[in-house]
Amino acid sequence: MNPNNKIAGAILSDAALSLFHKKQRETSKFKEGCSMPEGKFCNKKPVETEEELKALLGDTGGKQYYEEMKSLDIDHELLWKTIQNTLKSRMKTWLEICAHCGMCADSCFLYLINDQDPRQVPAYKIQSTLGELVKRKGKVDNEFMHMVMETAWAKCTCCNRCGMYCPHGIDMGIMFGYVRGLCYQQGFVPWEMKIGAGMHRVYRAQMDVTDEDFVETFEWMVEEYEEDYPGLEVPVDKEGADILYTVNAREVKHYPEDLAEAAILFHLAGENWTVPTSGWEQTSLAMFAGDWAACKMQVEHVYAAMERLKPKRMVGTECGHAHRATVVEGPYWAGRSSGKPPVESIHYVEWLAEALREGKLKIDPTKRLKKPVTLQDSCNYVRNNGLKDITREIMSYIVEPGYFMEMSPNREHNYCCGGGGGFNGIGLFRPQRNKALITKRDQLLHSGAELVISPCHNCWDAIRDLEEEYKIGIKWSFLKPLVISMVEIPEHLKPKE
Amino acid sequence: MEASMYDFLTGPMLWLSLGIFLIGMLVRFVLYFRGLSWQLDRVAYKAYPLQGLKGAVNSIVKWLIPFGTYGWRKQPFMTVIFFGFHIGAVLVPLFLLAHNLVLKETIGFLLITLNPLLADVLTWAVVVSAVFLALRRIALPEVRILTTWYDYIILLLAVAPFITGLVARYELGSYTFWLTVHILCGEALLIAAPFTKLSHIVLFFASRAQLGMDYGIKRGGMKGKGMAW
Repeated sequence: MNPNNKIAGAILSDAALSLFHKKQRETSKFKEGCSMPEGKFCNKKPVETEEELKALLGDTGGKQYYEEMKSLDIDHELLWKTIQNTLKSRMKTWLEICAHCGMCADSCFLYLINDQDPRQVPAYKIQSTLGELVKRKGKVDNEFMHMVMETAWAKCTCCNRCGMYCPHGIDMGIMFGYVRGLCYQQGFVPWEMKIGAGMHRVYRAQMDVTDEDFVETFEWMVEEYEEDYPGLEVPVDKEGADILYTVNAREVKHYPEDLAEAAILFHLAGENWTVPTSGWEQTSLAMFAGDWAACKMQVEHVYAAMERLKPKRMVGTECGHAHRATVVEGPYWAGRSSGKPPVESIHYVEWLAEALREGKLKIDPTKRLKKPVTLQDSCNYVRNNGLKDITREIMSYIVEPGYFMEMSPNREHNYCCGGGGGFNGIGLFRPQRNKALITKRDQLLHSGAELVISPCHNCWDAIRDLEEEYKIGIKWSFLKPLVISMVEIPEHLKPKE
Repeated sequence: MEASMYDFLTGPMLWLSLGIFLIGMLVRFVLYFRGLSWQLDRVAYKAYPLQGLKGAVNSIVKWLIPFGTYGWRKQPFMTVIFFGFHIGAVLVPLFLLAHNLVLKETIGFLLITLNPLLADVLTWAVVVSAVFLALRRIALPEVRILTTWYDYIILLLAVAPFITGLVARYELGSYTFWLTVHILCGEALLIAAPFTKLSHIVLFFASRAQLGMDYGIKRGGMKGKGMAW
């Protein structure tokens, strides 16, 4: 079977998919007659089985993978066909009318932090990659694709800030998302991203967490807290609940207490909630990888849980890209013309603000935070989903007046944490990522805060890493543990002495 | 000879170049919107027409106001030369008295006309701003790396009618010669516009409208206060 059959490239619709498959059948005939160097690990074929996944993981650090990439061939025909089929009006016009004015330069934190290197100007980055790919009709060599890969993953976090500073409204973050799809199709994708996308294909989760692992871990964590919160439970697969809760697989694997905290807050708020036994993973490393076919598989899996359990709403955990993937972009991958998931889907901060506003959760005023606190605005749900004021409403409930300080810039103009778009997870680009963290480090230092609240896993990780790297003495936290430390427990939910 | 040249340039050639410009721009504009795809762009344009319209208008209007956006405020020098160039570049060709007299001769009506002094000021602003736009390309590394010969040609194409217009207006050298060159430059600009980066005359509005719809429909326009450009 031609490995390309399963590669979706940068396409989204079923119509485009079938066109592709036709195309690929044609190219496979052609390929039988000539050799296309494909590595054992680095190739154009996505990871489809647990066995393949384990083998790829076994190649520590992607040593052999990157070695193989050096001799990976480019399928020029497929690449050009993909561009012709998917680079339409919007992006074509963006590439064409860019006035080369350079006003995007200052908007890019990677340009600023890399000593204003002109090669980090967003317009230059996209013109020298996608612009060239179009100009050369896909006829580029291995070295060029290496450059494109580095630009797409180490010089752009797809934070979309440049789009706000371009007079023509050219959003280079969107274009780099697209470029990643082209890279993925051709096998030029960072090792961890290939694994991440493979995880979604194999486990429908970004890590090797099975449905059994998820339910068991959740139940075990809830048991741990049962004594403190009598009646605490995790309702599994309950139909027609008010809330269907979805998580980030990292929580199951590395931060299981987060699951317990979510349960506690739903419990205290008296919510009628549930988790699905399958379709609980909200994240999508496939989105970072540019593996659009896996994006579709992943999000349809979550939507199937919604359709099966028919909740009133879906609430996702404190994660940025998970919300972006499942709620903002997901409907389009799944071909939903409404642009919405099957049921109303909100970010954790929206649920929390509502619970605090409506008094479902009451904060003990004496326990509010009385130290300088700042807030990290996640690109994925602030710039890209407008949730800028609701997080500040939460601050007004949990921070003693006078102790909340803004970063500058903030809200939709905030800078990326430094590790977005998969940057955090790519070993090959770790030095570049560490440099990128300096932007957030300095923003935090200037804010004067001692604690940064970060309702986003990716930002949270980046801030943890920047503290480890630069030791500025900042504390960081999700919202859940902070709220639990100050929430009033209703009389009837208190443990009996 | 010169008189017949003038008649040709302000007669058939004017109609031809205006025709190419107007039809060409209309085609670019229509093709742009016809080419948008809710699935490829991942924006449900048709599902939320009102929110889309609101986002589009907001996205365009804010950027038309000098210092109206974070982007403009961040780069005050660029803002001054940008608007210095574009305000005159749009108003003078449309509303200059002399242009309208040509129109009156051919089609018999007069648009609102610019005060001649204001027209002079705006035209000088276009030329001076164009010089600074070119210098900016040379001086700033982040602009230099992007700049190609094509950018200079576009700038020259755009500013040539204004330079030649000024030369004719101050009657430096032969008035009729410079007037002829001026008209030629203007018509070259009109003919080139739909096929070059100058298509941004309409595609600016199209592209801004698209991103506005994106933000208005998908990226938070329906949550909270909408985008602060």
